[in-house]
Amino acid sequence: MSSDDMSEAQVAGTTLVSDAPVRWERVCLLSDLFPERGAAALFGDVQVALFRLPDASTAPGQGADGAQVYAVQNLDPFSGAHVMSRGIVGTRGGVPTVAAPVYKQVFSLITGECLVAADKTPKGDLPPNLTTYPVEIRDGVVHVGLP
Amino acid sequence: MVNSGDSQHLVVIGGGMVAQRLVEALRARDDAGRYRVTVFAEEPRAPYDRVGLTRWFDEGPEGIALGDPALWADPLVTLHTDRKIESIDREAKTVTDRLGHVHLYDELVLATGSNAAMPPIPGNDLPGVFVYRTIDDVAALRGWVEEKRRSYPEGKPVRGAVIGGGLLGLEAAGALTALDAQATVIEFGTHLMGVQVDLGGGQALKRLINGKGIGVRAETATSQMKPHRRTGHVGRLDFADGGRLDVDVVVVATGVRPRDELARAAGLPVGERGGAVVDLSCRTEDPHIWAVGEVACIEGRCIGLVAPGNTMAEVVVDRLLGGLAEFPGADTATKLKLSGVDVASFGDAHARTEDAVEVVWADPVAGVYKKLVLSDDARTLLGGVFVGDAGPYASLRPMLGAELPGDDPSAFLLPEGGGGAPGLELPDDANVCSCNSVSAGTIRGAVTEHNCTDVPGVKACTRAGTTCGACLPLVKKLVDTELERAGIEVSTALCEHFEMSRAQLFDAVRVADLHSFSDIVARFGQPDSRGCDICKPVVASILASLGNGHILSGEQSTLQDTNDHMLANLQKDGTYSVVPRMPGGEVTPEGLITVGQVAKDFGLYTKITGGQRIDMFGARVEQLPDIWRRLVDAGFESGHAYGKSLRTVKSCVGSTWCRYGVQDSVGMAVELELRYRGLRSPHKLKMGVSGCARECAEARGKDVGVIATDKGWNIYVGGNGGQTPRHAKLLAEDLTSEELLRTIDRFLMYYVRTADRLQRTAPWIEEVDGGLEGVREVIMEDSLGICADLDAAMARHVENYEDEWKAVLEDPEKLRRFSSFVNAPKDADPSLAYVEERGQRRPATEQERASGVVIAGPKLEVRA
Ligand SMILES: Cc1cc2nc3c(=O)[nH]c(=O)nc-3n(C[C@H](O)[C@H](O)[C@H](O)COP(=O)(O)OP(=O)(O)OC[C@H]3O[C@@H](n4cnc5c(N)ncnc54)[C@H](O)[C@@H]3O)c2cc1C
Ligand code: SF4
Ligand code: FES
Repeated sequence: MSSDDMSEAQVAGTTLVSDAPVRWERVCLLSDLFPERGAAALFGDVQVALFRLPDASTAPGQGADGAQVYAVQNLDPFSGAHVMSRGIVGTRGGVPTVAAPVYKQVFSLITGECLVAADKTPKGDLPPNLTTYPVEIRDGVVHVGLP
Repeated sequence: MVNSGDSQHLVVIGGGMVAQRLVEALRARDDAGRYRVTVFAEEPRAPYDRVGLTRWFDEGPEGIALGDPALWADPLVTLHTDRKIESIDREAKTVTDRLGHVHLYDELVLATGSNAAMPPIPGNDLPGVFVYRTIDDVAALRGWVEEKRRSYPEGKPVRGAVIGGGLLGLEAAGALTALDAQATVIEFGTHLMGVQVDLGGGQALKRLINGKGIGVRAETATSQMKPHRRTGHVGRLDFADGGRLDVDVVVVATGVRPRDELARAAGLPVGERGGAVVDLSCRTEDPHIWAVGEVACIEGRCIGLVAPGNTMAEVVVDRLLGGLAEFPGADTATKLKLSGVDVASFGDAHARTEDAVEVVWADPVAGVYKKLVLSDDARTLLGGVFVGDAGPYASLRPMLGAELPGDDPSAFLLPEGGGGAPGLELPDDANVCSCNSVSAGTIRGAVTEHNCTDVPGVKACTRAGTTCGACLPLVKKLVDTELERAGIEVSTALCEHFEMSRAQLFDAVRVADLHSFSDIVARFGQPDSRGCDICKPVVASILASLGNGHILSGEQSTLQDTNDHMLANLQKDGTYSVVPRMPGGEVTPEGLITVGQVAKDFGLYTKITGGQRIDMFGARVEQLPDIWRRLVDAGFESGHAYGKSLRTVKSCVGSTWCRYGVQDSVGMAVELELRYRGLRSPHKLKMGVSGCARECAEARGKDVGVIATDKGWNIYVGGNGGQTPRHAKLLAEDLTSEELLRTIDRFLMYYVRTADRLQRTAPWIEEVDGGLEGVREVIMEDSLGICADLDAAMARHVENYEDEWKAVLEDPEKLRRFSSFVNAPKDADPSLAYVEERGQRRPATEQERASGVVIAGPKLEVRA
């Protein structure tokens, strides 16, 4: 299963990730995502957490209906478990965020930066910030750009 | 430097409160280790809080522990318990203990306290006559009352009398009623608490005491105590006026006698009314013998209060270390510690100062009497008496000897909110906590210099309020004022999206009748914001408590923490644990087999929880519905182990099987668990039910503990385990099952509505106005008029309960949440790895993953 049974939709260049080469993966229908909750997606061994927020004006993956979707790594650097998709989404000072469900660190969904470390350090030598992935919504289908 | 060769040996005779303070102060100040100290205590235990003796009935010995036990582990401190000192040899500078061992001293401190005085009334040695001074005394008293009750037919009361209507006598009478005995106080003088309050106050006090169901006979001399014809136990009191009173138990509380026998035998001067005579440095005639506490006769008298004793201890320590401290005079302020009866006095309560002016405010109907004693110009405060409303006591007492602000001193006596007493700004040197001699300045310093930000912090830092607690309202006021002044906002805002506290938000949502996060944040939050991981679960909990449908329905599902969202408990590797409800810890063999089979089929690690049920670990998101389908089919339902909600009601086996049980504790536990299951609350809630006083269910370690009695149930509240363990405290006794449910209904709802986020019941009770007593007034006397509302809210909860898991299984839309990956809904998380240990699997450690001993990945064969 995993990404193999999805036809790979390679789409050329986007302005959001200029230099990194991007392999676009079809993930799911936008309507498969619950607003203001996350969902995990699996591509081989890579796990990505997707978050659908309520509509706003500018965003990485903005659908025709104004819906916006962000993607970050599913690995929670502070617990080592693949659980970021199960965090609560919210805002800190207007920045959309997700809180790790294990030890409650808060990360920016836009940059992946760890905004609140909650007196913890990441597990092993994992970097504290999350990797982010570009997202596009084409004809109601969510696509994620992987390096 | 500790140099035992040079160090002096300090011997302290007596292991009471003042001895403890002396050793504490010495160890705190004697950095150089100049003194080794040995304490000889006659009682078989370390010093305890004698002032709180009456609490022993409710809280046991740990409730009246004193200070940090580490003190007695200090290498320079030795404590010998159960080791009375029999004599002092001043020539040889030795003491001899009851075992005949002789100990050398360099300096000797007498801290032998007092004995309860026993007046020479014929019959005072009959069985059933008690004094009220030590733990052994109160333990014997309780045993006696219980024994009497057992020997009587159901319904026949145990009759008690207390001889002596002073502070101590009233406390003892309160203890008797708490033990469910009748109590009559016999007072020789004209009125109760004659030492502290005047006649007017005494009369108001009598009404209050009668209101507690305690009888009072003033101006009555007891001429003899007569034995019961058959038992030979004390059976009757005869009074000088010809009156009589049948009794089963008598407590004598007529005063105390200093234990100066050692001093006398050693030839040291004693006072006219006893006590080892000391000068202002607390030294006796012998330069190497000191006396502190109740045994010391200072300024011509012995003082029966702990605060002056502690001051003496500090003086002696200062002197031993070369200082020149002197006893500054005694603060004899006192407050009666009898629940529901407010009495306090300080200073010249009887207006004996020449030309003193008295200002009195009395409300005889309500049983309130308040008096200020002022200097002749009606400005300087000389003393005060408060009966029925000791509110002004805490703030006025430290003003003793100072000029009161404002023109009209009577403003201080008006009922709260009735007049606007001018704000009191206490001088820094005003003594706020008399038990521990803590000044207003020290308390302010705790906030400004030691960064304390709340009352518990200040208590720990300064010791203020840790003994009798009378000063706590004032301490709180000082701390709040200081925090405000320091610009440390005592912010109760939930987070950046809501300025309200949880309790405020709860009320707002309830009154405005809102049902969605969007509406709530638009109305009461930061407009245009979408909340965060702090406020969302709070709102989720509030909505759930108010009964807002399934927690995963619609927008509500976005508010839930992952535990509530997946209806399971997240574990460290990202899998979940599953706990089916087993009400009261009861489970059928078939049920156990189902649980075992499910665990086996899904490869789950199983463990019995502290709450008497079974936890199954290692379930993946996509497995949860399959697991639950089987559990639900077998008749199980969600155990809400994942929620901030009722967890379990632990029970012992109770009267159905146990030889000692007096009520059906399992039946009650099952009833409680089924009643409150699913109730969302500010923090998790635990309960316990024990079938008799042996307390095998450890119910007092729970938020709500129920213990069976011959007549019904006792309820205790505010217990918890965890990092700061607390014993639950008695809220009400001998309730019928129906009364018990009603009381718990109200207690829980009141807590759910007014507690802070993540505040358990113990700290919540502390914060309710009036503490436990305040809670009792609200839920048992309906002092806020909200009981009907609380009852209705609980009735709604009970009626609307549904099993959260069953509802999920019936709804495809909700089931859709339980997929591992949106593009591979049934695939297992490939990063999971397990090893086997003691016949079960557990998550592999980092090292085990690296070394490849992992026995199983996520895809353990599943026979679902
Ligand atoms: C029920 C009750 C309520 C009270 N409430 C208050 C209150 O609200 N406020 C207040 O200020 N005070 C109150 N008090 C009084 C207060 O407890 C005492 O003032 C205080 O305990 C005195 O301390 P102490 O160390 O001098 O004596 P104690 O605490 O009496 O200690 C003396 C110890 O010395 C031991 N001892 C005696 N002789 C020997 C010997 N020869 N060898 C070895 N050991 C010996 C005794 O057994 C005893 O344990 C109350 C007392 C009681 C009983
Ligand atoms: S608490 Fe009492 S009834 Fe319950 S098991 Fe223990 S002894 Fe038996
Ligand atoms: S006055 Fe007793 S504890 Fe403060």
